Amino acid sequence: MARKITYREALREGLDEELAHDDNVVIIGEEVAQYNGAYKVTEGLWDKWGDKRVVDAPISEAGFIGMGIGASMLGIRPVMELMFYSFAYVAFDQMMNNAATCRYMSGGLINVPIVVRGPANGGTSVGATHSHTPENIFANMPGLKVVSPSTAYDAKGLIKSAIRDNDPVYFMESTVLYGQEWEVPANDELENGELIIPIGKADVKKEGTDISLIAHGRAVITSLEAAEILAAEHGINAEVVDLRSIRPLDEETIIDSVKKTHRAIYIEENKPFCGVGAQIASTIQERIFDYLDAPVLRITSVDAPAFYSPPIEVEQLPQAKDIVAKALSIC
Amino acid sequence: MATKSKTNGSAPFADAPINKSLSADDKIALLREMIRVRRFEQVALTQYQDGKMGGFLHLYIGQESVATGTISILGDDDHVITAYRDHAHALAVGMNMNECMAELFGKATGCSKGKGGSMHYFAPDKNYWGGHGIVGGQTPLGAGLAYALKYQGKKGACLCYMGDGAINQGAFHESLNLAELWDLPVIYIIENNGYSMGTSQERSSAHPEEGLAARAKGYGMAWAQIDGVSLYEVRAGTQEALERAYNESKPTMLEIMTYRHKGHSIADANAEKYRSKEEIKKYMDEHDPITFWKNVLIAEGHITEADAKEITKEATKEANAAVKFADESPYPNVSEITDDVYWEVDNNTEAGRTGRHFFG
Repeated sequence: MARKITYREALREGLDEELAHDDNVVIIGEEVAQYNGAYKVTEGLWDKWGDKRVVDAPISEAGFIGMGIGASMLGIRPVMELMFYSFAYVAFDQMMNNAATCRYMSGGLINVPIVVRGPANGGTSVGATHSHTPENIFANMPGLKVVSPSTAYDAKGLIKSAIRDNDPVYFMESTVLYGQEWEVPANDELENGELIIPIGKADVKKEGTDISLIAHGRAVITSLEAAEILAAEHGINAEVVDLRSIRPLDEETIIDSVKKTHRAIYIEENKPFCGVGAQIASTIQERIFDYLDAPVLRITSVDAPAFYSPPIEVEQLPQAKDIVAKALSIC
Repeated sequence: MATKSKTNGSAPFADAPINKSLSADDKIALLREMIRVRRFEQVALTQYQDGKMGGFLHLYIGQESVATGTISILGDDDHVITAYRDHAHALAVGMNMNECMAELFGKATGCSKGKGGSMHYFAPDKNYWGGHGIVGGQTPLGAGLAYALKYQGKKGACLCYMGDGAINQGAFHESLNLAELWDLPVIYIIENNGYSMGTSQERSSAHPEEGLAARAKGYGMAWAQIDGVSLYEVRAGTQEALERAYNESKPTMLEIMTYRHKGHSIADANAEKYRSKEEIKKYMDEHDPITFWKNVLIAEGHITEADAKEITKEATKEANAAVKFADESPYPNVSEITDDVYWEVDNNTEAGRTGRHFFG
């Protein structure tokens, strides 16, 4: 069986391989080089690739992300690290106005092949300012792509695709997942010699027949836990669908799943109002209303800024028990 | 605003090497460029008043020497990016009046296919990267263009323009820090027309006595203040900054003193309230860069008044032809609304065909 590596190591391998693949790839961010990364995702890359390819930026997100956008217009492929995706708000004008609209406003003369990656999750007791989950906000903007991998395998395959993509890709990770291990084949075990996962393809993480648990990011892992409980304790065979990419969105995999199970819950660590689940619920009822045996439900973070107190924050975010309870309410 | 009047024909900075190399024809071409910009905008203004275009129209009238002079000395690996008062830079890099006028009219033949409008002209094939609507938002991009040049080992620079109102934006200060810290060959050009929209410099900007550009001292960056009325001075000052970029890969902040004859935009109803009529008249009469340059060329014996009139006539003809072109051009199709959003979709790549990109 394939070797196991952490989510963090998988990202690092992906970055390392893309540095080798294209001379124009440059990693820029706070503490990514000499400090080896605030979360050690880039550990060792500066030693290997040097000052030109792995660059420590000052704490200056609007400045260095905007700079990356400008550089990308001339063919550089910057991979910018946000220490926390919460800091995207400091660079909001650059990420929303410049990265997303330069192509459009130039009538298609420009493209912005930039990746902005970093952790976008709660659950680590760092308070509201460091716990934002802005995937729905950025996915709302045409011109942007938003990717949120839930496993090491996906993280590696998707970061490589993101770097090769010719549009801006906002890549949202999870600090809670960084240290977790999954099977990720080494390149010599792969037919094509490398792991590439296309952006815009969802993945059925567990097949089932009775209810679809649809999620992205870490909520996929929580959903898999819930599916085990549902099977073991309630005889319910849940299917778990991982979006992997929020925009572009693989609607067909979602629709196929719900057509089969007739029941769906969207699970995310994001807030409920205009969350990703709202989009998915709308799509399901619009396309396959007659297949539904129950309303499409949603499970999100409790609708308030992130609570600091560790035992309370646990309760604020979706847990397996919440998913089980909600599933039982419609099964 | 102009620091001092230099309207006689003796023309300081005429002896700077970058100016000594100019032939009579070159100098006349510079006059023609400035007049083309002015006539383009004057004609655009009449068309705006006739209801031919929507939104904003930020006119550059009075500031023509800045874009014309700075861009006139650029080479193949030099790049330009500016804010929303962008018509002059567009014409100076070689965009034509037809595509620029058609863009104002929102026509499919516009430089951005009608998707950008007045504030968002682009011509990457001419090293022109916009045309940006958010005050100061383009300043990190300017650093990025310079970063790319340096990364690719090219001997070039990026000229990044902004108004004096942009200098208080945080993104600009972050850009200055990066530019100096990383030795980026970017030249920040503050086109100081004295007003950030309707707020005068003295009511908006704290700065050292020597001027706005002197803020560069805080970053250890080279800087200079230039009287924008004279093309000779604009070119000479810019050349120094360019050489610093080429030879030392170092940034510069230039403050070019100028004046806009019109309001912040056509929608500015108070253009003659926050500024006195006397002030406007003084700058129009005594500091107009086109009148100044015309007088230099007459004094140097290259042209006569009649020649200047002929140039204006030609420029008017060209601008009117651009109006005709824009008028006769079709509007874009509604089906084009979702074009030019994603490169991968536009190019029908596998990535562009994977997953749903557009909703609703």
